[in-house]
Amino acid sequence: MPSFPARIVVEDLRKSYRVATRPPGSRAGLAAWLPSRRPWRTIAALRGVTFTIEPGTITGLIGPNGAGKSTVIKILSGILRPESGRVTVGGLVPWAQRLRHVGRIGVVFGQRSQLWWDLPVDDGFALLRDIYRVPPPLYRTRRTRLVETLRLADFLDQPVRQLSLGQRMRAELAAALLHAPPLLILDEPTIGLDAPSKLAIRAFIRDLNRQDGTTILLTTHDMHDIEALAERVIVIGDGRVLADSPFETLRATTLSGRRLIASFDGPPPTLALPEGVTRLPATGQTLALDFDPARIAAPDLIGLLTQAGGSAAPSPLADVTITRPSIEDVISRFYEHHAPGP
Amino acid sequence: MNGFALWRRYARASLSGQMRYPGAFLMQMAGHLATTLMGFAAIWVLFHRFGTVRGWTVGQVALFYGLVNIQFALTETIGYGFERFGDDFLRTGAFDRLLLRPRWTVLQLLGHQFRLRPLARLAQGAAILALGLALTPVRPLPFTLPMMLWAIAGGVAFFLGVLIGQAALSFRTIESLEIVNVLTYGGVEAGQYPFDLYARWFRRLMTYAIPLGAVSYEPMLAIMGRSPHPMAATLAPAAGFAFLAIMLLYWQVAVRRHASTGS
Repeated sequence: MPSFPARIVVEDLRKSYRVATRPPGSRAGLAAWLPSRRPWRTIAALRGVTFTIEPGTITGLIGPNGAGKSTVIKILSGILRPESGRVTVGGLVPWAQRLRHVGRIGVVFGQRSQLWWDLPVDDGFALLRDIYRVPPPLYRTRRTRLVETLRLADFLDQPVRQLSLGQRMRAELAAALLHAPPLLILDEPTIGLDAPSKLAIRAFIRDLNRQDGTTILLTTHDMHDIEALAERVIVIGDGRVLADSPFETLRATTLSGRRLIASFDGPPPTLALPEGVTRLPATGQTLALDFDPARIAAPDLIGLLTQAGGSAAPSPLADVTITRPSIEDVISRFYEHHAPGP
Repeated sequence: MNGFALWRRYARASLSGQMRYPGAFLMQMAGHLATTLMGFAAIWVLFHRFGTVRGWTVGQVALFYGLVNIQFALTETIGYGFERFGDDFLRTGAFDRLLLRPRWTVLQLLGHQFRLRPLARLAQGAAILALGLALTPVRPLPFTLPMMLWAIAGGVAFFLGVLIGQAALSFRTIESLEIVNVLTYGGVEAGQYPFDLYARWFRRLMTYAIPLGAVSYEPMLAIMGRSPHPMAATLAPAAGFAFLAIMLLYWQVAVRRHASTGS
């Protein structure tokens, strides 16, 4: 039950890091203390990011590594303060009112545990109850529900260190939600998980959004996460918002293409390609094609390859893979469309 | 739940974690006891040979020795999060986790680990202090007991201040600074002996710049009734709290700065 509308307003957010370019070696560490002309390099992480997120929505934040996603997440979580720009989450400025702000949000980092490594899961939960000042009756109902929906009962008494990654992520989600935050921030929540665990986590996040109205902001490298969850996608690249659109729009434009890779027992045939198919440079016995499934269906294209008649003695088709564009591909396509500024 | 109650919750959780491996715990405890006991054995041998050193008897030295060890042992019990801050929190990025929780970072670090290992030093310090009290005439109990507790509190504040300062400095280096051990372990070594055995400049430094003398030497002189300025000596442990307050301010500044620079 969100206690406030978790509206996120981000305006012209800028942040750069100063990085010491010091030579490697043991003497370099000492040099950090000397008042020398220390060679600093400034790296712009965010070059003016603006977006607004309405309460009760699920938004995906995607972009390649180093694009600035993590910086945005850290600023929204109150860990980092930006150089300039305005941010409010439910009316609070995260870094300026950190203690109040973090009491009203839940954050899960896929790569970093929020739980106590040596403590049994349930003891960690009890500690979090006291840290977040969750009233005992509310805690009991929340805990019961989370244990049930995330299927934690079997390992509640095990120390966190003994959990599998899938179990741990479920425990992490519960830990971030015990205080019933109206906003949940997820940084790569499915990283490294096996397929059933991913499905379970996605289903849980979707239900949380539908039933509790929890606002959800997630970053991911997994297009399936985005497809399963996000109503809206913000693409960040090079510290800017490259695209901000409903997922359906993104799917229809950038994500519609497929790539087909075919291997042959011998040299690949030379084909006359139909409309909507482009051939990519490939080596050896493989053939790589980009195609638009709206214009030619994958089975038709494969059919074309099996009966390729162009060459004198056609090699038999050995294997076919069809892939969807990765986030990196999407970003590079965005770069082609939106020429980056200086 | 208020801060102190929460800290007790942290401590209980930490203890149950440590007690999972009782064998390892007992071994550590025994090792710790043996090392610190050797230190006092050396002093005992020294006095056995010479009787007194510059007018100080072995009983008097035992009082100084016991007090500073009790102070440092209590500090180590609660201050481990700060002692390990650079290596365990900054380098690993675990500090972000503390910032994500709606509680003061200092409280969370104090609660990080409630350690039992320093209890070996504590027990030994208390035993040597008791030995000192048995061998040395001191002022009446109604003065000595509160003064002793006050001195212990001031000493814990002082050593905690050192550990917090060390942690705040490590924002610059990312590693825990070994050089600060000069003040912690070095401070314990220095505080084990009467300060007038030291050179004047060192005594001044250790009393006014770094108020170790103010929390160990001066109050113990007052307890023995040997202080030239009894009033000042009685108040001296307050300097430990002042030092702690300054280090906490420095900590706040360093955390704020860290949020601006990122990691």
